[in-house]
Amino acid sequence: MAQIMLWEAIQRAHDEEMSRDPMVICMGEDIGVAGGTYKATKGLYEKYGPLRVMDTPISEGGFTGLGIGASFLGVRPIIEIMSVNFAWLAMDQMFNSAAKIRYMSGGQLTAPCVFRSAGGAAHQLGAQHSARMEKVFMGIAGLRVVTPSNPRQAYGLLKSAIRCDDPVFINEHELMYNMKGEVPDGEYFHPLEGSDVARAGTDVTLFGYNISVHWCLKAAEILDKQYGISAEVVDLYSLSPLDRDGIRKSVSKTHRVVIAEEDEAPVGVGAEVIATINEECFFELDAAPVRVHSALVPQPYNHTLEKAAIPDHEDVVKAVLKLFGKA
Amino acid sequence: MKIDDKKRVLREMVLHRRFEERCYQAYIERKIGGFLHLYPGQEACCNGVMEAARPGHDYVITGYRDHVHAIKCGADPKEVMAELYGKETGSSKGRGGSMHIFDAAHHFMGGYALVGGPFPLAAGIAKAIQLKGGDEIAICFLGDAANNQGVFHETLNMAALWKLPVLFVCENNLYGIGTSIERSTAVVHQHKRVAAYNIPADECDGQDIDIVYEHARKAVDHVRAGNGPFFLELMTYRYRGHSMSDSRGYRSREEEEVWKQRDPILMLRDRLITAGAMTMADYETIEKETDAYIENEVTKFAEESPEPRVEDLEKYVLADRESQQPWLTGKAA
Repeated sequence: MAQIMLWEAIQRAHDEEMSRDPMVICMGEDIGVAGGTYKATKGLYEKYGPLRVMDTPISEGGFTGLGIGASFLGVRPIIEIMSVNFAWLAMDQMFNSAAKIRYMSGGQLTAPCVFRSAGGAAHQLGAQHSARMEKVFMGIAGLRVVTPSNPRQAYGLLKSAIRCDDPVFINEHELMYNMKGEVPDGEYFHPLEGSDVARAGTDVTLFGYNISVHWCLKAAEILDKQYGISAEVVDLYSLSPLDRDGIRKSVSKTHRVVIAEEDEAPVGVGAEVIATINEECFFELDAAPVRVHSALVPQPYNHTLEKAAIPDHEDVVKAVLKLFGKA
Repeated sequence: MKIDDKKRVLREMVLHRRFEERCYQAYIERKIGGFLHLYPGQEACCNGVMEAARPGHDYVITGYRDHVHAIKCGADPKEVMAELYGKETGSSKGRGGSMHIFDAAHHFMGGYALVGGPFPLAAGIAKAIQLKGGDEIAICFLGDAANNQGVFHETLNMAALWKLPVLFVCENNLYGIGTSIERSTAVVHQHKRVAAYNIPADECDGQDIDIVYEHARKAVDHVRAGNGPFFLELMTYRYRGHSMSDSRGYRSREEEEVWKQRDPILMLRDRLITAGAMTMADYETIEKETDAYIENEVTKFAEESPEPRVEDLEKYVLADRESQQPWLTGKAA
């Protein structure tokens, strides 16, 4: 199994699917001649040409809608939104056209398209380039939302999203494209629905997704070594639909819960996970679930303020210790 | 158009007019809910363009005033009416309603409720045609007010840039809901607005089907020949309000009467009578037969069709929820 970077994993999924099926195309700003802002489409323009690797004008609403329209006729476009902040401009088409088309046409049309976008807060990009928007996407009927935390998922989820007949939004992270990890050498599909147990444990469940999985893994290490607390880390890579079974299974085992998310409360992934726990397995809880989340502020530019706005593994450790009465 | 085609189209236009008037009645009777946008007055636009194109072969997309476009493409009027009644036998199985009629089998790609929303979808359909190498074209029918949305300009730019086989038909009925075009739009003649994108454009009377047809033929031929997009503006008028809740307080009854003097159906009828191709009695027979068909078959079908089952509320949300495909289960292909 090869160790590759996350952007290479995404590039490989594109390449394999485009070479298999001439109806798979990709489109977005700077993805062709320039090779992609995060190199995720490197070399594809040279290999597949401008008809299938489309450098688009900076018209997010327009080219997203264009990709969706093509998908009604069986084209499978992979639409890259360079930064998730620009997705606000494309949401009308994503939500009103792609997500609802199957339902409002009584099953006659589907929109088998993939939206990929770099999300999350990077370094000092300020208020309009640091949005975390997964909370918005995961509340839309008819749209699947996945968010990879490692190269294996990034490869396998994109492969699955391209094959899936539903529109899929893939929320990537600006800081994670150079992360290295193992990806199977042979073709691999990561299931679009479910969750991964990233680390098994018995005393507390740490729920995370995308970058916060890494905070949770680091926190679990510290909790184990320094405090003798065995933490299970569950990677909720599918935000819509959420893996209700996976959530119930882990909570029923550990009875304590911390949810770590890079988005803001109120109204975030954590709120939805807690609601799911209430509905699925409330009486398994030994303590009220705790969420670790970003501050509800437009992202500040100043480095110190930015750090204060976003949680990290230390905040996860603190939350767990509080849960155990050790802080 | 040949005389026989004109007679056929006259009959179709009468059906389109009477169908819409019957919808009006059903709405008053509360058989149809939601919003209802009716087409009377504009029939020559859809009919003239589609006579020049290939209904059922070319892909058509439009906004929420969509019943007639669907029927012209080949949708069964019975299923369209059943959709308005919210029935399981409706064209969208009662899930869509008046603004979301679809008939994929006849390449009618739907009605959409967001003004301007279909622009990029139409270009995308054209992109798919281009990739597949077919001889179809995409035809996007929208009103003048849609041209004030940002995606209008984004789409024109991309369609011209990539030479997509798409015909934009602007049915300029002079009002965006209740605001007249002079009060909302700096340039009243819409075909002038596309010059900036190097897209050839044309404008003509949208009430006279012979004129619409002649202009549409050139437009359709241009697109089908692989020359890229074309923009055709048709000057027209809707007799009724924007939707059923609109009492038309923003325009005068005198203005409406002026337009009704040039009714697309009556102009075609009179022309056929003058040419000796039919008599007034023939026309009255068409009206009578159409009304009987709408009452005894179309409306009856809608009235008697079953409601969707509540158990099926979540059907059609996701395509492959239950499938055992590897991309859902994670098992190897």
